[in-house]
Amino acid sequence: MRRTGSWAVGITAILVSVVVFIVPFAFIFLTAAKDASDASRLQFSWPQEWTFVENLTEVLTTRDGIVVRAFVNSTILTVVSVVVMVILAAMVGYLVQRRRSRLNPVINFFVLAGLIVPPAVVPTIWVLQQTGLFKTMPGLILIEATFGLSFCILLFRAFVATIPRELDEAAIIDGAGPLRLFFAVILPLLRPVIITVVVVQAVAVFNDFTNPLYFLPGDENATVQLTLYNFQSQMVSQFNLLFMDILLITVPPLVMYIFFNRQIVAGMTSGAVKG
Amino acid sequence: MTANLATEVRPGRRRRATGSTSATQRSIYPTWFLLPAAVLYVVFFAVPTFASFYFSLTRWTLFDTEFIGLENYVQFFSEPQLSRGFVNTLIYGFVTSGAKVVLGLALAVLLTSQLVGRGYLRSVVFFPVLVSTIGVGITFKALLDPFDGVVNTMLAAFGIDGPGWFTDPNQALLTIAAVDIWKGLGIATLIYIAGIVAIPQEYYEAARVDGAGRWQQFRSITLPLVQPATATVIILSLIGGLRSFDLIWATTGGGPGFTSDVIGSVIYKQYQAGFYGLSTAGNVILFLVVTAVMVPISMLLNRKEVER
Repeated sequence: MRRTGSWAVGITAILVSVVVFIVPFAFIFLTAAKDASDASRLQFSWPQEWTFVENLTEVLTTRDGIVVRAFVNSTILTVVSVVVMVILAAMVGYLVQRRRSRLNPVINFFVLAGLIVPPAVVPTIWVLQQTGLFKTMPGLILIEATFGLSFCILLFRAFVATIPRELDEAAIIDGAGPLRLFFAVILPLLRPVIITVVVVQAVAVFNDFTNPLYFLPGDENATVQLTLYNFQSQMVSQFNLLFMDILLITVPPLVMYIFFNRQIVAGMTSGAVKG
Repeated sequence: MTANLATEVRPGRRRRATGSTSATQRSIYPTWFLLPAAVLYVVFFAVPTFASFYFSLTRWTLFDTEFIGLENYVQFFSEPQLSRGFVNTLIYGFVTSGAKVVLGLALAVLLTSQLVGRGYLRSVVFFPVLVSTIGVGITFKALLDPFDGVVNTMLAAFGIDGPGWFTDPNQALLTIAAVDIWKGLGIATLIYIAGIVAIPQEYYEAARVDGAGRWQQFRSITLPLVQPATATVIILSLIGGLRSFDLIWATTGGGPGFTSDVIGSVIYKQYQAGFYGLSTAGNVILFLVVTAVMVPISMLLNRKEVER
């Protein structure tokens, strides 16, 4: 009796999930495979004619391959900013966990503030202009790295606590300096949490729209999200190309999810048990 | 080499330290490790945040400033198209957060029970979290198109006259909130699943022996013991909800009119229009709103946890 009940619940849940979650994704895929007039009807239907490959090549070649350039830009942005973020945050998380100091409450306060306080947009642009970094890729990289620091520091601090201190002492006795100790001993041991942080932050930076919109406007440096946003007004009659672009942009996070499912879940749920 | 130096260097500092261990600590764990992160944080986050308090009191062109006192704030709250954003921010934040708590917990209870297709359901609920917000916005604009959209076409098949969704001034904000919930529910569910899984099974067994029904088990065991997860979900979703901008910008752009504007979109509109002082005042107001909401809530949630 109980078993049939749970079967019914399960099947209902699956049906509901198909309507609520699968249909929108199927809609993206099907629209991306239609020809222009078919797609403009916005129907959830099988394409009258499969023009998937044609749409793909058209999106990739449109406006001198701006989508390809955007992918290159987004990749550079994501890779560099995540590397910077991870190394700097790991150093802070390690130090804060290892050393009892009067600085710690101050650092903790700033880390929390970094999570909660919304960045002040125009003053940030002002700072970027003063430093000559406005509308440059290095500027946006530093911005993304800064805004991601707090979250990473929290994760690193929690994880460093699980690495025994005796290891530090052994390394020091063996003649390692603080830099060697950190980069050769601690950092490799942080691998699990580094993977988590990298995956979560890479998806966040790759999908970020607001910061590139403010701090890196202009076509030549456009990121994938900006390009997609601009296509929305430029391709009013070409929904097939618009949705092909959405599909392309969804592929990198999807690949990340398939390979790093467990780490993403671990990163996003950290804090759920201990608060 | 450093090990030998470790206990000897910096006698001046050592005097201040409580014992020789903390002097050793200082050189194994040098303070300058904080420096690179601190520089970035100060230059790109702290300085702009503090500067915003001053610039919000000026008429500002990025090149020169004219001090005008609280005029920007007065303007913000006296012009309906600006103050509407303030109200909408609160509505949006609390609606999305509340819905994520309720639906997330319900889904998590469902997805931790013995269920067919549990793995599939977990992945499918989570996946929207990873999709670009702009992509989600464009997709739902197409799905919820008042005339040709899939949703209204289906509703029409059942004889229901579908609403205008993003184009109806009374519904635009709530429609966006619904899309936000659709996209963010996966995180809430995952956090709750992690919380529920951490509850020892013995509690449920004991309750069952005592004759507690499913609802009683949920009320008296699950609900109080997932409190840390609830705190995390509320805090995360409120921070995200109050600061939201991109989904709104991708779907309605604050429209129709300014009925779905939030503070985030007001900031952008004023920035685009060149009113940098006013835009920054919006930023400060958003800062105050977020702090005013988050500080009492996180204190309340943390106190509950301690009491337990």
